[in-house]
Amino acid sequence: MTIQFNEETFRDDYSFYNSDWAIKRFPFPFHEDSYMYSVNMEQHRGGPKGSVYEMRFDVDEHYVSEMKDRELVLADDPLRCQSLPHMTLAGWDLLELIMVSKSEDYPDLFELHRDGNHWRWINKPLGIDDTFTFLDETTLPYGPMEYITRQAQGDFCVLDQRDEMLWMDAGMVTTQADWSLDFDIGMNFFEWHAPVPLAHEMGIFKRALKFLLNVQQGAPARRLNWTMTVNPLLDTSPENYHKWGIQKTTLTPENLGAKQHLRVELQTFFRLPRSNALVFPIRCYLISFQDLVTIPKWGRRLHRVVRDLPVELATYKGFIDNRPMMLDYLSKFDDGLPTSPGVFPDLDTEPPLSG
Amino acid sequence: MSAAPQKAKPGAEQIPVTVSAVVPLNDLVTRFEFKRRDGKPFPTFSGGAHTVVTMNDDGRTRLNPYSLMSDPSDTSTYAISVRRDDNGRGGSLFMHTRVNVGDEMTITYPVNLFSLDLRARKHLFFAGGIGITPFLSMIAQLELMNGNWELHYSVRTEALGSYVDELRYKFPNKVHVYYDDKSEAIPLEDLLDGQPLGTNAYVCGPKGMIDWIHATAESAGWPDAQVHSEEFLAPAPGKPFEVRLCKSDLTIQVGENESLLEAIERSGVEAPFLCRGGACGQCETNVVSYDGEFVHRDHWLDDEQHADGSKIMPCVSRFVGKSLELDR
Ligand code: HEM
Ligand code: FES
Repeated sequence: MTIQFNEETFRDDYSFYNSDWAIKRFPFPFHEDSYMYSVNMEQHRGGPKGSVYEMRFDVDEHYVSEMKDRELVLADDPLRCQSLPHMTLAGWDLLELIMVSKSEDYPDLFELHRDGNHWRWINKPLGIDDTFTFLDETTLPYGPMEYITRQAQGDFCVLDQRDEMLWMDAGMVTTQADWSLDFDIGMNFFEWHAPVPLAHEMGIFKRALKFLLNVQQGAPARRLNWTMTVNPLLDTSPENYHKWGIQKTTLTPENLGAKQHLRVELQTFFRLPRSNALVFPIRCYLISFQDLVTIPKWGRRLHRVVRDLPVELATYKGFIDNRPMMLDYLSKFDDGLPTSPGVFPDLDTEPPLSG
Repeated sequence: MSAAPQKAKPGAEQIPVTVSAVVPLNDLVTRFEFKRRDGKPFPTFSGGAHTVVTMNDDGRTRLNPYSLMSDPSDTSTYAISVRRDDNGRGGSLFMHTRVNVGDEMTITYPVNLFSLDLRARKHLFFAGGIGITPFLSMIAQLELMNGNWELHYSVRTEALGSYVDELRYKFPNKVHVYYDDKSEAIPLEDLLDGQPLGTNAYVCGPKGMIDWIHATAESAGWPDAQVHSEEFLAPAPGKPFEVRLCKSDLTIQVGENESLLEAIERSGVEAPFLCRGGACGQCETNVVSYDGEFVHRDHWLDDEQHADGSKIMPCVSRFVGKSLELDR
């Protein structure tokens, strides 16, 4: 498969767009007509062909432009990438995991040639052809984690595992939904999750942590999370809230379909071999409401989910003020017909919008 | 939530291997080396990791964990050392008496429950007998990273000191050996006293030794989080039991080395699951009736639910008793 990479931006003129291919494979996160937090983890060992679940690290049409956006964010704010000294080995583990996975899963785009510790890495979309010595930091332009995550879509948290606990001791975080690596660095699983409503009381984090501590080499896991973003912004960080927070007030009934985006994170979990650390890639997918409602099942369901979402969640996710306007828009795409179970579009079996 | 759950194999991923060497080290300990049957490299691993070896003992499946003692960066070979235990459940006897070069076996991907704290300025290792094995891979890893370590290794006699000669030869200043039959003992209090700030201690050996080191370190003021230990893991066996699946109108047997969930799947009944680790709640199953006792191992049900016998998580939990009927 060859991918046509989009020329697009996630800032200023927001020329980001999804092709028909990207719309159909969008990781729609709702498997039923309502949503509540749950311990929604499953094994990450492939998925339907062409879906975002198929490969270990999904590469899509946004790859090149997302990497350009990351470069801009890092130039402004180097603290988006941090690694405590004991995490360097985990950085090498991550570099190996991504290089091996991408070169095996996308051989036409990436090549890895290894002769002992002498490695050559070819990244065709980004025009990179580098030779270096594995485990020797002086042979790379950046630390190993920074080097490889400048070439991989999504944010990366690298968690050290000690004392039956996970610690956020390294990360590359430039496409986050309103949280800050610089604030969370060195925190543990419960500390960085403190702002999340309801889930603590539901016992979700206790169970999730136990599961994560047991994620084993060769048996990665995944889950989905979602929120809402006005304009296709990758960098919705607290550091830049003054720039993007205000954009939420620019929604009008006329521009909502184009400006309002559902933001879905495909989160995966891999045990790293040498360091025994856990890596948590958070891959962000954006879709405008007007594109999303072209899938009749998704339009119907999104209306119902947004309508019935508990106030606490709509507040935490930052769209409580715009919810009425969103519902006015979405209600036009909900004719009340039942929806099929599961997340996939089911275009062949789900009826078009009636009336 | 659930995007596209895949029916994957339960438990850790398996690697089919061939036994490439069987090296007796002394009267009690033999080293076994493995090569992959598919010719691919083994996954690298972290020092202190173990693998679970599947043994087919005349139709009876045994699953025993052993520390990986080879160099973690050597992806061509995995090695374990097995101490013969004449009174044990039979896994080590099987390895010693029945396994030969060329035999085909299955082992799991590495799992690490005894890893190095990579923040430590210094790693202080205490090994007793066959407890030396995880330290061999830890040492190999630290040597690669120029790590600061020191080993105190207590053995019964010179003849039973596995790997003593190699270790002493390679690291004369870092390895200290103590012989029981010469009444030599690890000078624990002195050792714990003289360490630089940020030292982590690790102990692997008999239970008595582990308790001794934890207790001494505690009374010397060491934080608990800086003393790590691994007791030899015994496979958690479960007695076979019988289950009636009401909805499916089937009676099935759950074997010693399979989970209730696996037995249900083996009988062709679809059962929901996600994590297969007792955490996600997907496999929660209602109990219709029972006469006996549950062995709950999940993290999902609360204490009350565990006590009232209304539900079971078949991915990890078991049952001992006369009869069990499930709503499945
Ligand atoms: C180790 C891996 C994980 C990392 C690094 C991580 C990190 C985070 C961070 C930084 C936040 C934002 C908190 C804030 O508002 O400042 C968050 C939110 C959240 N996390 Fe995690 N998380 C991890 C695993 C999980 C797992 C396994 C679950 C399973 C249930 C989970 C459930 C949630 C939920 C429900 C939220 C709120 C999201 C929303 O409503 O938009 N997290 N996580
Ligand atoms: S499958 Fe997750 S709790 Fe049993």
